[in-house]
Amino acid sequence: MDEIAVLGVGMHPWGKWGRNFVEYGVAAARDALADAGVDYSEISFVSGAVTVRCGYPGYVAGSTFARALGFTGAQLASSYAACASGSSALQTARGQILSGACDVALVVGADTTPKGFLAPNTGDRPDDIDWLRFRLVGATNPVYFGLHARRRMELHGATTDDFAMVKVKNSRHSAANPRARFTKEFGLDDVRASPVVSDPLRLLDICTTSDGGAALVVSSLDYARSRGCADPVRVAAVATVSPSHPDPIIDLPYLAADSVPPGAEPGPAFKESIGARVYAEAGLGPDDVDVAEVYDLSTAMELDWYEQLGFCGPGQAERLLRDGDTAVGGRLPVNPSGGLGAFGEAVPAQAIAQVCELAWQLRGQAGDRQVDGARVGISANQGLFGHGSAVIVRR
Amino acid sequence: MAKTRAPAVEGLFTLDEQEPRLIGGRVPGTGSYFFPRHLAGADPSVGPVALEEVLLSRRGRVWSYTTSHYQPPPPFVPAAEKFEPITIAAVELEKEKMVVLGQCPAGVTPDDLEVGMEMELMLDVLYSDDDCDYLVYKWRPVEVSP
Repeated sequence: MDEIAVLGVGMHPWGKWGRNFVEYGVAAARDALADAGVDYSEISFVSGAVTVRCGYPGYVAGSTFARALGFTGAQLASSYAACASGSSALQTARGQILSGACDVALVVGADTTPKGFLAPNTGDRPDDIDWLRFRLVGATNPVYFGLHARRRMELHGATTDDFAMVKVKNSRHSAANPRARFTKEFGLDDVRASPVVSDPLRLLDICTTSDGGAALVVSSLDYARSRGCADPVRVAAVATVSPSHPDPIIDLPYLAADSVPPGAEPGPAFKESIGARVYAEAGLGPDDVDVAEVYDLSTAMELDWYEQLGFCGPGQAERLLRDGDTAVGGRLPVNPSGGLGAFGEAVPAQAIAQVCELAWQLRGQAGDRQVDGARVGISANQGLFGHGSAVIVRR
Repeated sequence: MAKTRAPAVEGLFTLDEQEPRLIGGRVPGTGSYFFPRHLAGADPSVGPVALEEVLLSRRGRVWSYTTSHYQPPPPFVPAAEKFEPITIAAVELEKEKMVVLGQCPAGVTPDDLEVGMEMELMLDVLYSDDDCDYLVYKWRPVEVSP
């Protein structure tokens, strides 16, 4: 697969202000345009990542951001894939560029989230599995994180201190990230003392919800060269895969996993398949990766990703963490930005923000959280209802 | 006067007070099951087919478990004015090899559970109003069954 260039990246800091999401998206977009040195009038495609929490303007995010920046007749798209919306918006722009339909595109995602748990649509909705899980079971998102964390303890002997160590590591990273919402360094005792949310996970193990925005200016390699950018950060692969039936692992937002009939082989594990796809498309493997941004909705989930992305074998993630391999300065730093634990979820912006961080890392612009000599970065996340998402960028 | 007892949502489980069963769907003639039936995905290996309604195993083993220590947002309806943490189990059904999420009854905590433990389905009150108890299926450890 051909590559595209990441010409510019931009972010609005993450926080909790309750202002209009458009403000965050526009700030991020202007930031990315300035970073790219591209005039907005040159953008021929605006790809918005949708938010479902901000009314109609959120559903038509591509149009909303384009109008706020000034309508120019550019082509528009708006993509929703829950937490993977940002990758979907990037995938859409990439398709336009690789098909030759556009030279340079703007990808934007932003959100304003209410306080507390993310919740389903209102009304009486027994035909909506997302509604049923709340109504019948009280299964919030952290319930699924807790199930998987407990499963990890059972299968691999992980401890709650292992989970807490992920928070300790990532909070150390975020202390060097001015765009993060939380920049305080936490110790093991802080995590141990925080209240249980979904056993075995505590408040500091689980990411919160935030306001924020992120944007990318992406282009063809020819366009990049025409701008005098001979060695841009390039998107080598984007995976937006679904699970494969039968998938025996219960996950958001379902009440049941697939059954595995006697004699039948389960499909490839979903999250492993996300990594497999993005590596295959890039022609790279886990050994090539220098830095990773993974979706740490919970601390335990970060450990799962180490294995799902092939950084180590099953059950070895805790050792990787304890040896310091995944801290900045280690062999394969994970979440140098501080991750979701430091940012909180701003759903449509998150997957874009991961690519922003990787771009800064690959350009050597990450300040005190810089991963030395990073040439290949991978991001991974997952939107509920089976939206896999991963991006590989390289220089 | 005794309150009416009604399912919190129709069509997901039988109302047999002693031996309730989940109502699932099956690709006819196969071991490919879905729950709930009306929101099932499809098995892409068999093409378009109408799922047959089947009653699922009443027993299974704990795949994992957790809690909700904070009151979930609507449409969750708390059972009492003061929310008490709920325990939730993911149970792999004995026959179908399918993991199904459900609450555990009040009094069951994570300390009472372990992965692999045998569980069985029961009916319990999810919430009530003045006239009616709304019922849901729950998972309870077989050991503490009456």
